[in-house]
Amino acid sequence: MPGPEPHAARLEGHRDPRGGLVLQLAGRLDTASTGAVWREAMQLTRGGSAGDLFVDASGVEYCDGAGASLILALRRNQEAAGRGFTLRGLRPEYRQLLDMIAPAEHAPDEVPPHREGFLEALGRAALQLLADQRAFLAFVGELCVSLAAGLRHPRQIRFQDFLLVAERAGIGALPIIAIVGFLLGLILLFQSAVPMQRFGADIYAADLLGIAMFRELGPLMAAILLTARSGSAFAAELGTMKVNEEIDALSTMGLEPVRFLVVPRVLAAVLVVPVLTMVMNLAGLVGGAVVFTSFGYPLVTYVSRVLDAASAGDLLGGLVKSLFLGVIVAAVGCLRGIQTGQGAGAVGQSATSSVVSGIILIAIAEGVFAVIFYVLGW
Amino acid sequence: MAGEPIIRVEHLTAKYGERTIFDDVSFDVKRGEVFVILGGSGSGKSTMLKHMIGLYRPAAGHVWIEGEDIASAEGEARRRILRRIGVMYQSGALFGSMTLLQNVKLPLEEFTDLPADARDCIARTKLHLVQLDGFEDFFPAEISGGMKKRAAIARAMALDPELLFLDEPSAGLDPITSAELDSTILRLARTLGVTFVVVTHELASIYAIADRVIMLDQRKRGILAMGSPEELRDHSEDPFVRSFFRREALPEEVRSW
Repeated sequence: MPGPEPHAARLEGHRDPRGGLVLQLAGRLDTASTGAVWREAMQLTRGGSAGDLFVDASGVEYCDGAGASLILALRRNQEAAGRGFTLRGLRPEYRQLLDMIAPAEHAPDEVPPHREGFLEALGRAALQLLADQRAFLAFVGELCVSLAAGLRHPRQIRFQDFLLVAERAGIGALPIIAIVGFLLGLILLFQSAVPMQRFGADIYAADLLGIAMFRELGPLMAAILLTARSGSAFAAELGTMKVNEEIDALSTMGLEPVRFLVVPRVLAAVLVVPVLTMVMNLAGLVGGAVVFTSFGYPLVTYVSRVLDAASAGDLLGGLVKSLFLGVIVAAVGCLRGIQTGQGAGAVGQSATSSVVSGIILIAIAEGVFAVIFYVLGW
Repeated sequence: MAGEPIIRVEHLTAKYGERTIFDDVSFDVKRGEVFVILGGSGSGKSTMLKHMIGLYRPAAGHVWIEGEDIASAEGEARRRILRRIGVMYQSGALFGSMTLLQNVKLPLEEFTDLPADARDCIARTKLHLVQLDGFEDFFPAEISGGMKKRAAIARAMALDPELLFLDEPSAGLDPITSAELDSTILRLARTLGVTFVVVTHELASIYAIADRVIMLDQRKRGILAMGSPEELRDHSEDPFVRSFFRREALPEEVRSW
């Protein structure tokens, strides 16, 4: 009922002689105007002013769901406080509206949601953590079985997927690997050469760079870039398939998702990660060479220092390590994808969590390898 | 063969965490019939379907498919059961990186040692069965929702299963496409003797295809009614069931029910 000039909602409250409160509602009670009146009405009735409430709605020109909800809310508050409520003067058509939304009150009471205490929450979180660990372990087990089966019967591997993933995760990553590696070598050599120069030892910065790249930084940075580029892509891809029920479809076709989707990805990652590590190492050394020669040393000195310091064992150890990091990154990405919940938001969460878990696991694996290499005397 | 149960659901209970979806439900699906599971949203239709195809493990009870318990079957036994069933998911669940033909060929490649040209030929006939000739080389993203569902049926039928499960085949389709899908289902059931288990709440579709329906209910946590749609419409004692099949609003006195 849009009048020529819309009348805003108005509210007036006054005490009635017997100690009750009279609220006079008037004007248009619609979604746009009820808000202001609502706050006022709640303040007036909540302020402990007690007593019964009389709502006089004879001045209401228009009332929609918002207005009706206001009246209903006032009534509920009064009932909850054990006080009287009387409504007068509301036009019959609006009373019908009120009746339409009111029956909700007679609905059978739902069981009130259980509020959990600290201990219960702690226990639940611990159980969740355990369940996560179990799922992870089961996944690792299944992956191992599937990988072994794939190696025994290579025809079972989906080579098309394998090649596609290897191309995307490998060749596609070359530019960023080269750039990051180059800058890493540049910065590392510069930063170490400057303090070493004070002792006249800046020539040994080349040794440092060679060893650091081959043993630690090459595999580490390659694995981190693989997590960011491909681990998240695996999680998002498999997560979308989960949301689209494609993973369910695979399992009811009798095709285990792990064999079908995870094995080609893990194998592809294992194939490309040593290559990426080598490119990273090479780019790092080139970056170092740029700085080293700018200090006035000839290139041949640099090459001979690096070859002198870093052994084939260093390089090989790094490459072996990178294989394991590749498995971890790909497997975690796929696991997070398969664990995706429902909806588009869940896919994003899976991608994020694949990168976070990937980086944490890389850090842990680096630690484990440091200990192993130390014990082995590499 | 007709009349003998192909699926036997026994005392099946499903839970999500602490919440019971349905409790102690038992029924049979007979060979060759079109069996419809229906119910309001939240009544557990899809949950029932996912138990029947072994995606969910029951909290209690069993689902026997031709005498084999699908929930406890593992490895080779499970694959043997799964090879005999086909499933069409609500969204179609076609593999987005493959063309329709490749989608349909996939089960053939994985489970048979047919030569490549035979696989190709079989996959094309399946697509022809659902009237998708000419779309073999399209990707799922390039075709309409109704076509996706039909392609999904073709893929579900790739290995000529005796049992096809369809999850809401007509949801989101226009009436004509939906009716075409119904006639495809009927044709397959009558000519090939395939048993269908269909989850739907499309009334027109139920009348068109269903031999028997069960109606699940959220409040009862189980089966509210079972029978042919006509029986339920005319003879059910439950006002909710009658109203559903007559497509009427519920009588006022049972609203709060």
